[in-house]
Amino acid sequence: MTWIKDVFDPKARRWEELYRDRWQHDKVVRSTHGVNCTGGCSWGIYVKDGIVTWELQQTDYPTIDPEIPPYEPRGCARGISSSWYIYSPLRVKYPYVRGALLDLWAKAKEKESDPVTAWASIMRDEAGRRRYQEARGKGGFRRVSWDDALDIVAASTIYTVKEHGPDRVIGFSPIPAMSMLSYASGARFLQLLGGVTLSFYDWYSDLPPASPEVWGEQTDVCESADWYKSAFIATVGSNVNMTRTPDAHFLTESRHAGSKVVVFSPDFSDVSKHADWWVPVNAGQDAAFWMAVNHVILKEFHFERKPAAFLDYLKRYTDSPFLVVLEKSKEGYTAGRLLRANQVSGYKSEENGDWKLLVYDAKAKSLAMPQGSVGFRWQERKGLWNLEMKDASDGREIDPLLTFLEDNDGILQVDVADFAADRGLKRGVPFKSVKLSGGSKALVTTVYDLLMAQFGVSRGLEGDYPKGFDDDSQPFTPAWQEKLTGIGRKTVISFAREWAETAERTGGKCMVIIGGGANQWYHTDLTYRAVIASLMLCGCVGKSGGGLAHYVGQEKVAPLASWSALAFAQDWVKPSRLQNAPSFHYVHTDQWRYEGPYSAYYSVPKESPAEHTIDVQVRAVRAGWLPFYPQFNRNPMEVFRDAENSGAKTDEEKAKWVARQLKEGKLRFAVEDPDAPENWPRLWFIWRANALLASAKGHEYFLKHYLGTHTGTVADEVAKGSTKEVTWREESPRGKIDLVVDVNFRMDTSALYSDVVLPAATWYEKSDLNTTDLHSYIHPLSPAVQPCWESRTDWDIFKAIAKRVSEMAKAHLPAPVKEIVAVPLQHDTADELAQPSVKDWAKGECEPIPGKTMPRFAVVERDYTKLYDEFVSFGPLARRDGLGAHGVHWDVSDLYDELARRRPFTFPDGRKLPSIEDAVDAANTILYLSPETNGEVAYRAFKSEEAKVGVALADLSDEGRKTSYTYDQLVEQPRRILNSPVWSGIVSGKRTYSPFTLNVERLVPWRTLTGRQQSYLDHEYFLRFGEKLPTYKPKPDAASLSELGKSDGRKGIVLNYLTPHGKWHIHSTFSDNLRMLTLSRGLEPLWLSVKDAGSIGVKDNDWVEAFNDNGVTVTRAVVSARIPDGACFLYHAPERTISVPKSPARGYQRAGGHNSPTRLRLKPTLMVGGYAQFTYSFNYWGPTGVNRDTFVVVRKLEGEIRW
Amino acid sequence: MNVRAQISTVFHLDKCIGCHTCSVACKNVWTDRPGAEYMWWNNVETKPGTGYPLLWEDQEKHRGGWVVRDGNLRPRLQGRKRALGNIFYNPKLPGLDDYYEPWTYTYDDLFNTPAGDDQPTARPISAITGKPLEIKYGPNWDDDLGGSSEYAARDPNLGALTEEERRQLFSLERMVLFYLPRICNHCLSPSCVATCPAGAIYKRGEDGIVLVSQEKCRAWRMCVSGCPYKKVYYNWMTGKSEKCILCYPRLEAGQAPACFHSCVGRIRYMGVLLFDADRITEAASSPDDQLVQAQRDIILDPFDEAVARKAQQDGVSASMMEAARASPVYSFVKTYGLGLPLHPEFRVLPTLFYVPPLLPVVSSSSKEGFQDVSQEGLFTSLDNARIPIRFFASLFSAGNESVVTDVYRKLTAVRLYERAQKVKDVKPEDVSLALEAASLTSSQAEGIYRLSTLPTMKERFVIPSMSREGVAKRKASLGSERVWKPKRRR
Repeated sequence: MTWIKDVFDPKARRWEELYRDRWQHDKVVRSTHGVNCTGGCSWGIYVKDGIVTWELQQTDYPTIDPEIPPYEPRGCARGISSSWYIYSPLRVKYPYVRGALLDLWAKAKEKESDPVTAWASIMRDEAGRRRYQEARGKGGFRRVSWDDALDIVAASTIYTVKEHGPDRVIGFSPIPAMSMLSYASGARFLQLLGGVTLSFYDWYSDLPPASPEVWGEQTDVCESADWYKSAFIATVGSNVNMTRTPDAHFLTESRHAGSKVVVFSPDFSDVSKHADWWVPVNAGQDAAFWMAVNHVILKEFHFERKPAAFLDYLKRYTDSPFLVVLEKSKEGYTAGRLLRANQVSGYKSEENGDWKLLVYDAKAKSLAMPQGSVGFRWQERKGLWNLEMKDASDGREIDPLLTFLEDNDGILQVDVADFAADRGLKRGVPFKSVKLSGGSKALVTTVYDLLMAQFGVSRGLEGDYPKGFDDDSQPFTPAWQEKLTGIGRKTVISFAREWAETAERTGGKCMVIIGGGANQWYHTDLTYRAVIASLMLCGCVGKSGGGLAHYVGQEKVAPLASWSALAFAQDWVKPSRLQNAPSFHYVHTDQWRYEGPYSAYYSVPKESPAEHTIDVQVRAVRAGWLPFYPQFNRNPMEVFRDAENSGAKTDEEKAKWVARQLKEGKLRFAVEDPDAPENWPRLWFIWRANALLASAKGHEYFLKHYLGTHTGTVADEVAKGSTKEVTWREESPRGKIDLVVDVNFRMDTSALYSDVVLPAATWYEKSDLNTTDLHSYIHPLSPAVQPCWESRTDWDIFKAIAKRVSEMAKAHLPAPVKEIVAVPLQHDTADELAQPSVKDWAKGECEPIPGKTMPRFAVVERDYTKLYDEFVSFGPLARRDGLGAHGVHWDVSDLYDELARRRPFTFPDGRKLPSIEDAVDAANTILYLSPETNGEVAYRAFKSEEAKVGVALADLSDEGRKTSYTYDQLVEQPRRILNSPVWSGIVSGKRTYSPFTLNVERLVPWRTLTGRQQSYLDHEYFLRFGEKLPTYKPKPDAASLSELGKSDGRKGIVLNYLTPHGKWHIHSTFSDNLRMLTLSRGLEPLWLSVKDAGSIGVKDNDWVEAFNDNGVTVTRAVVSARIPDGACFLYHAPERTISVPKSPARGYQRAGGHNSPTRLRLKPTLMVGGYAQFTYSFNYWGPTGVNRDTFVVVRKLEGEIRW
Repeated sequence: MNVRAQISTVFHLDKCIGCHTCSVACKNVWTDRPGAEYMWWNNVETKPGTGYPLLWEDQEKHRGGWVVRDGNLRPRLQGRKRALGNIFYNPKLPGLDDYYEPWTYTYDDLFNTPAGDDQPTARPISAITGKPLEIKYGPNWDDDLGGSSEYAARDPNLGALTEEERRQLFSLERMVLFYLPRICNHCLSPSCVATCPAGAIYKRGEDGIVLVSQEKCRAWRMCVSGCPYKKVYYNWMTGKSEKCILCYPRLEAGQAPACFHSCVGRIRYMGVLLFDADRITEAASSPDDQLVQAQRDIILDPFDEAVARKAQQDGVSASMMEAARASPVYSFVKTYGLGLPLHPEFRVLPTLFYVPPLLPVVSSSSKEGFQDVSQEGLFTSLDNARIPIRFFASLFSAGNESVVTDVYRKLTAVRLYERAQKVKDVKPEDVSLALEAASLTSSQAEGIYRLSTLPTMKERFVIPSMSREGVAKRKASLGSERVWKPKRRR
């Protein structure tokens, strides 16, 4: 082959300039993707001749430690295809309004020159209103000028505020962290207006309710570099490769560094490739596996071997030693509430005695009251809210007894529920008798002893205990779980042994990476609690390389305190109207009307009455557990006026007047009659979201009841007769919403169905900030080019709307107006002590006391003519009240003044306030006032926390005290966040962020009832629903969900319908991007197993129809051996705008999207409030929008494909 | 000895997560143009699978690479002489069905559809003709075992397996997949060069990058067939063939190729290898079972004084020598013996080497039908591997199982060694035994661990500084001259 020559000759190679020319570029600009993604990857955007050409990753993250793999490069196929959007045919380049509405508007404007009056005339024209509502989603867009679009939007806003009340204006945008200013733009506008901001984390079913339940924490997880420190990683329903693409290398690298990886996933998912063991647990049955794991750990380690480290950990950091009162039940005893300090004579007069819990001190052989429970957090005397092992009354050292097995007053047979077999069991538990202050006696045991009984570890005690691991007649043995999980007992046993042994050898370096595959089921909290138990029992939580790493939608706004103040306009007005979206949509889209009592699909103890979820929802609002907007059946401005006219002078008197009106039924909560026109939401702003499809569980009900356009649901409304608290209206309303405004850069499903579409800048055209919890850096978005065509940044769009609203207000709302804002009891405030027991004032069980037994009613004043001025300046409340988050507060007055000096905005009254006119100013304001980005603030925050907790903490701010980041610095290079008491991890030195290390190492309590990790939940609802301890409950089956009544399963095959996060999109973003569509199959297909596909005659790439009574979706099939029988996968989330044909099952109407077959089902236990960690906070607590308990009929598409 | 410096690469397959970031990076920078839509200079395939283009590994179908005939190495397709006879017809040229018809959508309909009685949707249309298109195949069609019974089941490498092994691979509890990212192999013995009738394809002397001259190419397309990896594509717009250029414009600026830079699995390594060019033909002609070793043998030791002297005489620059000594590719391929060529039986001596993925373990069903994961050992053992060794031998060693087994002994030993450090639940004597069986010292094990997990970008990509001063006189005219502009040949 001598004729293959190396060529050096420059002449022969002059053509090589061709590719060099193509590579040439003019500049590289740092930005990222503000989509709903946890990546938080810093990108270089390449610009050539003023055009964005492509992007490649920035790789300059500061090194944490050369002995752990670096964070470079970060990114994924989706992010790198982002530049496609900018000049694509999907780009929204101009404002659009639907023609049917525009015609009405033009006509109205001919008659009425005033835009608000013109809008009012359209709203009064019922036929016209119906006409444009029915046209929604059916084409007919017309390009309009920004001026005209803003006129419509502002007129509708003013009209709605005046006519119905500001709490009829709602807004939705998800997960702020990835572009926090864009989120803040709309949220700030809404809160200045008095509108409603809808939550996202719970709505997406990404909030793991077990986290608030166990830790009093929304979610706090380790950064991905911490995986490297683990010795044993179990992934549970988390497809790391696919959904944590930039981080996945830490998993493989951890493996190479000697850790073991076990993957739990029903399908052979991408991450299974990295598994030492792949354990294909049946979909949705993980809880059964982990319950049995705990059985083995408790038996072999806790009972037999007793590793000192495990026992010591449980004593210090969990509720295991706390005492529970055993109450007489029908034929034995049942575990009731935790023993309260004020129940016994020694501690009777304790402040907050209902909220201080007791243990049995092995040293003194007597009851003891450890420091740190929630009662100490909110008492007058500070400094006792910590985890030192001391009795709070006299400071003596204590050694809480974990079990009464050796030292007891006898054994009692205690009830244990076996929900899988639908039966009750009795298991022996050792008890002690303690004297109560009234002279009576209580029989108590420890949480630890109850755990042993619950998990079925007999320890030689009598009762319905299993005989060994092979006994499958009793829960929760390895043999017992086989039928549920499909996994053999041997696997459970060896897994549990290796798990606990590894934890013992490494000091807790066992980690569970868990995600949507476990979290999006009805019983997610039970699954998580079973998993968390295995971590607690082996001392893994709060350890670097250990603990629960929940990754689904959990992004973290690192500078939370200053950001929240700015985003929710709390610098100008408090409180905010923050609504949990699952409750909101369940009620307002009327999905509650399509189901009967929850007992059909939810296993609850027999003695628990069968109720309808809507009734629990109504009671939760009444009791101040959950927010609900609109608040009342009247405009809250009107309610204020009436209160004033009644003679109520102070704000407190007005609140009392409102409470009285409610009690007397003269005023009603809107939730009690959601279908009455005065209670509908009216105007909806959607930005950086796909609220009408991607996240819309029960999408077809959104189309029907919100939009009033075509729908794919054929389900019957069946709730009549089974509800008590809610008014049943025979005819359900269609088209509740007057106007949907979508701010978007691409024509997605939500844009297509909206009335007004405003062109938004992409992520390469604006300034913003980005953080995530997958890494510990903060970095910016910055503009590579100006916003193209007529697009504007979100910040500028909401500024423009605010300006137009202010202008129109001069005629319509010229003077400041006051109104009543109803808010629920709040987490991280003394409201956590509001309701030691559940009482309903509406039933006369207690008095209606605002802020105690019902919501708080606050009086606020708004000047709509100043809306714009307030928007663009950082208001004085921040200076007056300081800032804070998660119960930590600090003063910022001097820093505020400094900001006002640097960049002043002159308010109409002459005051100089810090300007946030420009998004960069807003970014700098955020960076300057939060501990994570300004070391001086960190110092103040730690000092203030020290005083509350009573242990030294401020040294944690030493390393970063002189650091203060600015936006420009971040543009230069990403920077690492600083230690902050707002979060529970530590990042100084070479540490990787790991949650709860602050609790374990510095003895700061968890924000729970006992101040410890809580495995026993003694709220009345958890007792009543049989979920006080970790347990297993059957997942709802196809029959119990009753959504196949009109969808004949014989026409195809009935399959569990799963929508896990996919490979070619981040939710729906990128799903319509040509790059991703080309690398997949040109659409989002339905994955079927070989056997299931064969049974309905479907071959790979055939068109299929998947439907139930809720709706239908049509796509092509992928037939793969990777998929288990009995389930089909439609990866989240395709657009119904791309390649969706018509559906034969619905008479050749356009088929729907992935959320068409879903319908909301809320879990009642997640609605409770006013009780320690069970106290509402936005995106922290409340029922979640679960979606995996869904079944569809799948069949081959009949006949020709029609477009 | 004739010392030649070659920029060479390693893909660590265990770290590949199949995310395709590399594919899009390349697509954006190089082939986002009419005529190049279907070109994926970098693509990622799921294994088992049929890949892109369809069944590219099947040389009975595609006739790529070399064969030894009468003791001589000859292109399987045809030599340059025979090509002249067949020049207007290449019966082995892959057709549109082996690739796919590029498509787009009627996106405009979402904006422009007049008011109607149903929702508009953007339907697929051909990017070439603009007509409605039924999408039947794409550049990544069998991703993640999509259509496994139609595609994965036809993976040519499954031929090495027994009927029973093949059946088990496609039952859920035995399921397996891994990813195979592919770029041009910039071979030492490139058959694309050999088959080009126009002499348009050449290897750059200074770094060994194989390029198709866009000036000289005459659209014969013999290279498309001649390349056994199907990494040369014909641009239907310009009428020239194009292929991966290893991002030489980036390399010349000291930057790794876009697909390397963007690899978030951190699987890619780049460095210089020194080869003895005099022994290329000899190595490429070796018997199948010795091909891997033969290629390793012609890699020269950059620390050897004699090699260094000869290299200097042969025109290898000092910066190339420096890069060769720091080369992570040399460590993986030569020092540790972990990097293997893809399909050495193609006899093109690829300079891209793969570290095979660690093996997932099988599970087994009990009588009652419950799955149990194998209980033996801490990690996967070779005997329980879900993917039979023969499959990897078919991919990476022309069927020589002992070559692959050697690699797995090493990978397993390194994990055990590290496990012993991290958790201390492995007996020291077991670690010693494992290292011994893998012929590794503990410092080598440590070295493999560090190179596999910790390297920064600079350590993964050791790029020699390129001498560009020879063209500096062009500086005055930079950007003001168009050297060459492709035109469509009609």
